[in-house]
Amino acid sequence: MAQINITNVSKIYAGGVEAVKSVSIDIADGEFIVLVGPSGCGKSTLLRMVAGLETISKGTVEIGDRIVNDVEPAERDIAMVFQNYALYPHMTVYDNLAYGLKNRGTPKAEIDARVAEAARMLQLEQYLDRKPRALSGGQRQRVAMGRAIVRKPAAFLFDEPLSNLDAKLRVSMRGEIKQLQKRLGTTSLYVTHDQLEAMTLADRLVVLNGGEIEQIGRPLDVYHTPASTFVASFIGSPAMNLVRANREGNRLHLGSQIIEADRLSSLPTDLTVGIRAEDLRLANPGEQSLTLKIGYVEELGAQRLVHGTIDGKQLTAALSPEIELGDTIALTIAPSRLHFFDTTTGKRLVLALDTPDTGRQAVNKLQAAIG
Amino acid sequence: MTHAPSLSPTSPAATTTGGFFARFRSAPSEPSFAKRVQFSSPYLPYLFLAPQMAIIFIFFYWPSVQAIQSSFYLEDPFGFGSTFVGTSNYTDVLKSGEYLGIARFTAIFTAAVTFFSLAIGLLLAVKADGVIRGNATYKTLLIWVYAIAPPVAGLMGMMMFDQHIGPLVRFVGLFGWDMKVGLNYNDTAAAMIIVSVWKQIPYNFIFFLSGLQGIPVSVREAALMDCRSGFRRFWTVILPLLAPTAFFLLIINTTYALFDTFGVIDVMVKDKAANNPITLVYKVYMDGFRGNDLGGSSAQSVILMIIVFVLTIFQFRFIERRVHYN
Repeated sequence: MAQINITNVSKIYAGGVEAVKSVSIDIADGEFIVLVGPSGCGKSTLLRMVAGLETISKGTVEIGDRIVNDVEPAERDIAMVFQNYALYPHMTVYDNLAYGLKNRGTPKAEIDARVAEAARMLQLEQYLDRKPRALSGGQRQRVAMGRAIVRKPAAFLFDEPLSNLDAKLRVSMRGEIKQLQKRLGTTSLYVTHDQLEAMTLADRLVVLNGGEIEQIGRPLDVYHTPASTFVASFIGSPAMNLVRANREGNRLHLGSQIIEADRLSSLPTDLTVGIRAEDLRLANPGEQSLTLKIGYVEELGAQRLVHGTIDGKQLTAALSPEIELGDTIALTIAPSRLHFFDTTTGKRLVLALDTPDTGRQAVNKLQAAIG
Repeated sequence: MTHAPSLSPTSPAATTTGGFFARFRSAPSEPSFAKRVQFSSPYLPYLFLAPQMAIIFIFFYWPSVQAIQSSFYLEDPFGFGSTFVGTSNYTDVLKSGEYLGIARFTAIFTAAVTFFSLAIGLLLAVKADGVIRGNATYKTLLIWVYAIAPPVAGLMGMMMFDQHIGPLVRFVGLFGWDMKVGLNYNDTAAAMIIVSVWKQIPYNFIFFLSGLQGIPVSVREAALMDCRSGFRRFWTVILPLLAPTAFFLLIINTTYALFDTFGVIDVMVKDKAANNPITLVYKVYMDGFRGNDLGGSSAQSVILMIIVFVLTIFQFRFIERRVHYN
């Protein structure tokens, strides 16, 4: 059990390519942190630097008050679960689990006890004598988890551990990992490119893009107040609609169509409007509305994704399947549900008043003042 | 990581291939990896096997049968006929103290050459695998010795061990070893082993290197987190995973030391004073082609054949059992 402090960590490869750019994350003891981002965003590199499999070009990694930059991976008191499981193919499941303990000189009786406990937890008891090649993908995944658990390390590192499983198994393993981590209370750092996995597992998630942190926050905070257009389009499925708009007074012009809202005057005249697909709803007669020209429809059962255009701009709406669709449909959105982003930097623009953040900012300011 | 698309027997590419190959229909109801091919004629598979079988028959079985046959005859040195002598060629050979001495040396020579060429090849492969910068240069330098023909290697070896100009002779002279290759039995044996090992290292190096590169990086990394001692990691993870390669090389190297060192030995002991170490294969050649004793020579090659046969069975039965194949 330990906290992990990543401070201004950079990874610069020979040739000057900067894969990770001065990233800082403080992970509390027992916290489940998910690093999420598209491929090439540096999330795996960052994890591997914590693991000790990559050298740290700049900055420090602390695991439980000890700077581990120059510490061997085996001595960092961490355990890692690899994407392709990385089981030792010539060892039985028992030996795979016991290997790390044997090398640390753990007494035989304790190894037996710990392996038995992990095997029970992961329902691997009947497979202990088998070689990995005689196991299914899901069982191998469990062995990989077990190898991490028996060590009782200060932290677990997961490198896309579920991406080699089929969709159904992935969902059930996701649940098991979450429960296991809660039960053991071990600090965990988890890398994935799957935003759904990130949302469901994380205590806090870290969205990375191009080697830099775009946003750190609790899953719902990130979902509801994305810090940039990148986060907005990455987190949530379907992705948030991002539409270029002009502001005139309190009116937003999306091409020839208009949304009216209060208190927009603090925003620039040229901006990007973010609209979650599920925030759009059918407009009542007489209400201000946007006319969506329907392109195609995706049926998801519980809801229906309607893809179309508003004045030539792509837009997706998540609607109830009961709504009857013609060629066009009149949609509306509560003004408080709109997100605004700077067109050039992509950063979130905060309204002068009436944002979900304002209250908390005020409290923070107050606390800072007090203390 | 991406999944490579798996090619099924019923992939479009396979079914649209026209002409000759279209005559083989792949069974559509076979979902496993095993590709069942059905031939239009039951004799067709044998036709495809025929060239390979012909080569094996002409160059292996036929001479073997000939050798076994002539080992029971006393051949006239000038080709004027042969006399059936039963097993006396064998008993003569096995009773000969000289032959048993050569057999003893061959055993030691084979064991030494196999062990050292495997060990040094493995060591170099492990070290070259760890080198990141300029590893192509290292590999090339280590591999190109393999391109040298055995007699040339023997000749170069002789130069290195020359009584007057050989740098290795001078080098060991610094330690008080007055090396006389071609005169002293043990010195010649040492030189023969060194040259034979040197010649075989690149071959082992290539195979060990490719074997090492076949070990998944993530398995090595997992071991890195589980075990702090590099030496222990090597023995417990890397070496077991190299076992299939090592087993293959063990058989190849044993065969090499027994048979393919002929050129090296020939260059080293030909035209030299008598009491030099030679191996069984060289003895076969000496008796058969120098001594014109074809019957005795055939008996010796049959014995050699049996030794290799037994050795290979032993290796497969007792060593391969410990090999883990992926």
